[in-house]
Amino acid sequence: MESGQLLIILATAIASATPLVFACIGETITERAGVINLSAEGTIMLCAMVGFVAAKTADNVWLGFLAAAIVGALIALVVAYGAITLKQSQIAIGFVLALLCSDLSAYLGNPYVRIPGPTVPPRFAIPLLQDIPFIGPLFFHEGDVLVYAGYALVGVTWLYFYRTRGGLTLRAIGEQPAAAFARGHNVIALRYAYTVIGGVLMGIAGAAFSLDFKAGWSYRHTAGYGWIALAIVIFGGWNPLRAALGAYLFGVLQSLAGVAQSAIPDVPTQAFTVAPFVLMILALVLTSSDWLDRLLSYLPVNVRRSLARAIHTAPPAALGRPFEQD
Amino acid sequence: MEGTAAPQTMNPPAPIAGLPPTVYRIGAFVISLILVALVIFISGASPATVIGRMVGGAFGTADQIGRVIATLSPLLLCAAGLVYTFNAGLYNLGVEGQITFGAIAATWTLRLLYPEGATASLLPPPAAIALAILVGGVGGIAWGLLAGALHVYGRISEIFAGLGLNFAATGIAIYLIFGPWKRPGVASLSGTQPFDESLWLGTFGRTEATPVALALGLMALIITIGVMRNTYFGLRLRAVGRNLRAAYVLGVPARRQLLSAFLICGLFAGVAGALQVVGVFHRLIPNISSNLGFLGLLVVMLVNFDPLWILPVAFFFSALNIGSLQLPLSLGLESSLSGVIQGLLVLFALLGRGLAQKYGRKPEG
Repeated sequence: MESGQLLIILATAIASATPLVFACIGETITERAGVINLSAEGTIMLCAMVGFVAAKTADNVWLGFLAAAIVGALIALVVAYGAITLKQSQIAIGFVLALLCSDLSAYLGNPYVRIPGPTVPPRFAIPLLQDIPFIGPLFFHEGDVLVYAGYALVGVTWLYFYRTRGGLTLRAIGEQPAAAFARGHNVIALRYAYTVIGGVLMGIAGAAFSLDFKAGWSYRHTAGYGWIALAIVIFGGWNPLRAALGAYLFGVLQSLAGVAQSAIPDVPTQAFTVAPFVLMILALVLTSSDWLDRLLSYLPVNVRRSLARAIHTAPPAALGRPFEQD
Repeated sequence: MEGTAAPQTMNPPAPIAGLPPTVYRIGAFVISLILVALVIFISGASPATVIGRMVGGAFGTADQIGRVIATLSPLLLCAAGLVYTFNAGLYNLGVEGQITFGAIAATWTLRLLYPEGATASLLPPPAAIALAILVGGVGGIAWGLLAGALHVYGRISEIFAGLGLNFAATGIAIYLIFGPWKRPGVASLSGTQPFDESLWLGTFGRTEATPVALALGLMALIITIGVMRNTYFGLRLRAVGRNLRAAYVLGVPARRQLLSAFLICGLFAGVAGALQVVGVFHRLIPNISSNLGFLGLLVVMLVNFDPLWILPVAFFFSALNIGSLQLPLSLGLESSLSGVIQGLLVLFALLGRGLAQKYGRKPEG
């Protein structure tokens, strides 16, 4: 295979990971504020359906995205109410919502299965940037509006997290909510806000599937992507840049699975569609376990430190715990 | 907002004159029913007609009741197993993979004893079936302990260890169905070559329900109720679930307790998977678990981890599953309405519990 062809395959793979990027950034924001929204699988699926139906009915792609974002926000609001106000298990509420919304998408989306609908305008290359050697063809050649919006989202989120006061507060309410509260921040309201923002991004991720990258809707159309997004957030160490990297890596893995499939025809096709999911979880297992530390301890001290810092990350200290204000 | 604003935003202590806690729970339940009706209404059908069809679809004929029982049996096994992991404070989402791997292990056993076309073997069919169920249980244990080891020794959230192993088990099943175990001629999603009828579990009359599966399901449930109420093991499990560190400091072998919870849940789920093979599908199919593991999680959440209430809830959920199969045939609606109803009931039970805790009248003023 010549290198030009490989670049195109990789560029397409990177572009196709865009919905996952939106979902992963959304979940990263929510979890950084100390709330787990485990409903991702159901949220993405229901919003894919709602986005498609709204866009089809209104004959306008962007109204589809708007509707999906609203539904994503509403689901996140339920998570926030149950988890933050009622202090119930975030895992339980999120998991039930994941199943409920998946089934709801299948039930209500029944009349809209496999029919043509509006899609996002075609792909275009970005002038100037596309001429950068290697990077240009890889990132700025095969994208559409959403792909480039995904890059912007990653950059803006990173800047917000680490270069603004608001970002500092966001990280504080996930790490030390009591301290943030003592500094005068309204932990509860902020957690609500960031959970809803995360839900909006997940909703957009769902619509990105049905209105762009998987154009159309059918039963369980986005099955697995929500769970993988949750895994990528951990893999990315709750850092927006690394989470996005994980999402793009997953896209590349999926397209490699497609290439490998044609190279090894003896292994059934279906095994390859599952393989990226298994590999991703395996990567999560390797990077988040103690075993890695034990392995690293054989290395010289300075190498060990920098490697450990690069690979190892701790979750927000107050992740998943309700904040007791009184 | 900076500095001294903190005292002003403090909430007053919980209101003393709240309504009795049950009012909130019943209120939440009523809201979930209204939402069910609303969802049905949105899909363009009449709630009364849909519910009527579902009841008829679940209990109309002996065959349909048989199917409800056939769904109930593995569901009881999974729910009983999940009681252990939930009480140990674990969200064992890997239960689906444990069912699948149990089913793979059971299929492997039967294929080994009775290769395609063989009618006689070392073991007569009944013994072969019993062995397959046993090996299925061992397979479930292996998959459960794998998640447990990742959690206990690798410090990986049991949720993601479990989900990853679910994907892996499904991958293995699909690989086997399309690869080494493919049907002679054409491999397809419909699964492996069905076993000879002599290797099928006996049923109640001509229905799909098998007495052995029902007996195993009920047995698992009764044992679980006994263990959780009357044994030191059950008490220690709850201690670990309530406060892992405190339990450890007080001398409870926490790691061993957690691993035993994974082991028992894996065993029950693996047996359920084996029963899906020998009792229901008579072959290995890609979705052999039929999402019964996730349904089991919902059941146990709804009963708040108390095994006493599992039987009625699991029966009701099984009836919903079977009853909803009528919807595509008679009304052109999707059968996933059962999942919508189950999900709404559990979601609002959780919210109602939270409301009762937050706003309900406290017993001592």
